[in-house]
Amino acid sequence: MNLIQHPVVRMVARRGTQVVLLALVVGTLCYLMARALPGDMATRIAAGRYGYDLVGNAAADAVRAELALDVPAWQALLDWLWALARMDLGTSLVSGEPVWHEVLHQLGATLDLTVASVLIAAVLGVPAGVLAGMRPGGWADRLTLLMAVVLRAIPAFLLALLLMLVVAVQLGALPVAGHHDRGSLLLPSLTLGLGLAAGLARVTRASLRDALASPFMEFARTKGLTDRAALVRHGLRHASLPVVAYLGVHAVLLAEGAVVVETLFAWPGIGHALVHAVFGRDVPMIQGTALCMGVLFVSFNLLVDSACLALDPRQRLKGAP
Amino acid sequence: MARALNLRRRDLVALGAVATVLGPTQAQEPPRTLQIVGPWEIGGLAPASSGYIFTRMQITETLTDATDDGTPLPGLAQSWNVSANGRVWRFSLREKARFHDGTPVTAAAVAACLSKALVAPAMLSLAGVERIAADGPSQLSIHLRAPFGPLPSVLAHSSAMVLAPASYAPDGSVRAIVGSGPYRVTRLTPPQHVEAALFDAYDLAQPIVRQVRYLAAGRSETRALMAESGQADLAYGLDAASLARLTGKARVRIQSVVLPRTILLKVNAGLPALRDVRVRLALSLAIDRQGIGRAILRDPELAASQLFAPSLPAWHQKELPPLRHDPGEAQKLLASAGWQRHPDGLRDAQGQPLRLVLRTFPDRPELPIIASALQAQWRQAGIAAQVHIGNSGDIPLGHRDGSLQLGLAARNYANVPDPAVTILQDFGPHGGDWGAMGWRNPAVDDALARLSQGHVAAGTAAQLRARIASSIHEALPVIPICWYRQHVAINQRLQGVSLDPLERSYRLTQARWNG
Repeated sequence: MNLIQHPVVRMVARRGTQVVLLALVVGTLCYLMARALPGDMATRIAAGRYGYDLVGNAAADAVRAELALDVPAWQALLDWLWALARMDLGTSLVSGEPVWHEVLHQLGATLDLTVASVLIAAVLGVPAGVLAGMRPGGWADRLTLLMAVVLRAIPAFLLALLLMLVVAVQLGALPVAGHHDRGSLLLPSLTLGLGLAAGLARVTRASLRDALASPFMEFARTKGLTDRAALVRHGLRHASLPVVAYLGVHAVLLAEGAVVVETLFAWPGIGHALVHAVFGRDVPMIQGTALCMGVLFVSFNLLVDSACLALDPRQRLKGAP
Repeated sequence: MARALNLRRRDLVALGAVATVLGPTQAQEPPRTLQIVGPWEIGGLAPASSGYIFTRMQITETLTDATDDGTPLPGLAQSWNVSANGRVWRFSLREKARFHDGTPVTAAAVAACLSKALVAPAMLSLAGVERIAADGPSQLSIHLRAPFGPLPSVLAHSSAMVLAPASYAPDGSVRAIVGSGPYRVTRLTPPQHVEAALFDAYDLAQPIVRQVRYLAAGRSETRALMAESGQADLAYGLDAASLARLTGKARVRIQSVVLPRTILLKVNAGLPALRDVRVRLALSLAIDRQGIGRAILRDPELAASQLFAPSLPAWHQKELPPLRHDPGEAQKLLASAGWQRHPDGLRDAQGQPLRLVLRTFPDRPELPIIASALQAQWRQAGIAAQVHIGNSGDIPLGHRDGSLQLGLAARNYANVPDPAVTILQDFGPHGGDWGAMGWRNPAVDDALARLSQGHVAAGTAAQLRARIASSIHEALPVIPICWYRQHVAINQRLQGVSLDPLERSYRLTQARWNG
């Protein structure tokens, strides 16, 4: 097979192109949106830097002079794109720290949280879904349905507070919040992971039912395999494709939509940083965090595609002559 | 990333433990690190940005300190004097003081540091500093363009905290916090976390608590639960609901102090409708401060009877008649000012409606709620007002471009320990971003000028302060709503903690473990 036509190479090339386009589009859009927001930029940055006790017109004038905010918009955008080509995301207008430095710290915290949440969801959700799928209408099926409804219906904010109250305050088993104490990752990842596990259990169940009802399972049993062997050798692999895709999509949502949970647990994630950057009109930070979220999105998609490619031989053979 | 992976692995092991035995673990044992939690994030290392976090944690020091009532006290400077013309101040530094990198605190280092603190919003920019010079190893002089009496007070502000030369990058920005206080930074991960340990070479008394840690947690619920679970030893910034939850819990006690902060309405008295003092008085009379205090702050005693809270004893005037809630009187004043009540609100003789826009910001969560309460209370008096919630910078900006009508803010009159500095900023001849707008009183101008020059006898200073306070009280260029009380949850295992009404220090050096 020609190397260029190899599915893996094609997939990586497609996602690589997406990253470059994404950088250009996200950076430009963020810049234009931040510039289009109402209010004076220097005053907003001064408020972000110094807080409401010290912000004032003298502080805004000093910020305007220091940051040369009077530079034409197109020039500032070109400067940013040129710096990006050199892998330089600039400096935060509020903290004065390099954006790379801040984003790496926040991205690390976000990835910790996301990976832990997905693991919790997989550990709890997949076995529950398999149990439910094996005996439709059985106690496991009914229980997972009930749990799914309850956990999906509870807002993350409320679930977080309940977990804090029960696990941290009543049992004293884990810290309430923060990033540096032993076990501090668990409560925020449980908050996110439980909701995800609920959905995952239902997707696993449905996917397993489809697999069990398929002709290849019938054939596997006809050729003499036990139900269990047929399930392990053929059914689970087939059923895992929608599960992996579901996890991939939701992992991205977790990484980018966990602002409420991050704020509540004082977790220094990237969503929290983006919200603060928008309030402080910190344009390089907005661009940097949005860009990282975009790259994260593409990377997760790449991982999901790779996983599906590895699981599904039909996809690998699609491009074969 | 290795750190991140380690953390994950460790936490997953802990998950296994929790899944099997949901029982108390080491989290409940009293660690000897004093954990503080507060709402304030470390927004950058520049002293004007987040210096207050490092001065409160006693990592950095300022040249001067202050008593609870704002009287200057020695800090890094053990003594000072001022020249006869009031323009040259000379400070003697503590000779044995050391920075955390082991270098001595020299006058040259302090002069270099303070020379960087002359740009707004650093409070030293208000003093009219001509130059700062090192006259000897421990002798520092500050030369002013004109006499400025509250200079020691301005030097006590966190924006004038003293950092070692090693703190600065070649471009002059702050790259590390190397202070001279009893604690030194051991770990700093902005925007939420800083850890500090005892500085062994500190030249004054060594504190008992050896390790301290600060976490910024944005939600009041989080801070309260951290206190309740024992994770936090000191939880600052508790709202009324959290306070109710924590009251009576065995593990914590609550301490409170009234801060010199006033929730107030900044009024554009230059607008035709608001120029008339009767309208401003009517706006004030229509406000039910007790109701706001009771329903929103859960503390009716916080209803402001005048601008300056009792925690500013030099400025609080006991003899002033308290601000009242009297909707009937408000109606009469509005009618006498020519405003007639119509079904859609107030109209003047030409039929023009009175429509006001009130700007505020959510940084202090009670402000938007109080704005809604004001809107409802004024509606009962027939005054139509819209509430715009935006950024804290919108109020100074509206002051500059003249577009502001009303602004609701929480003003700290002890930004520096001597309130005269903030009052001069707010009610000086040109008004102030957070103070008067379109309002001027020559008697106030004169009194503020004399107070700022210094060299005023105590009795005269008291008279000048009374004149300023009563002029503001009568003309209402800003309308006081409520004062502010700081509540802190303190773990029972901690003793010796007291609250600083000027919010300058967590007073960690006085704390000790119980038992």
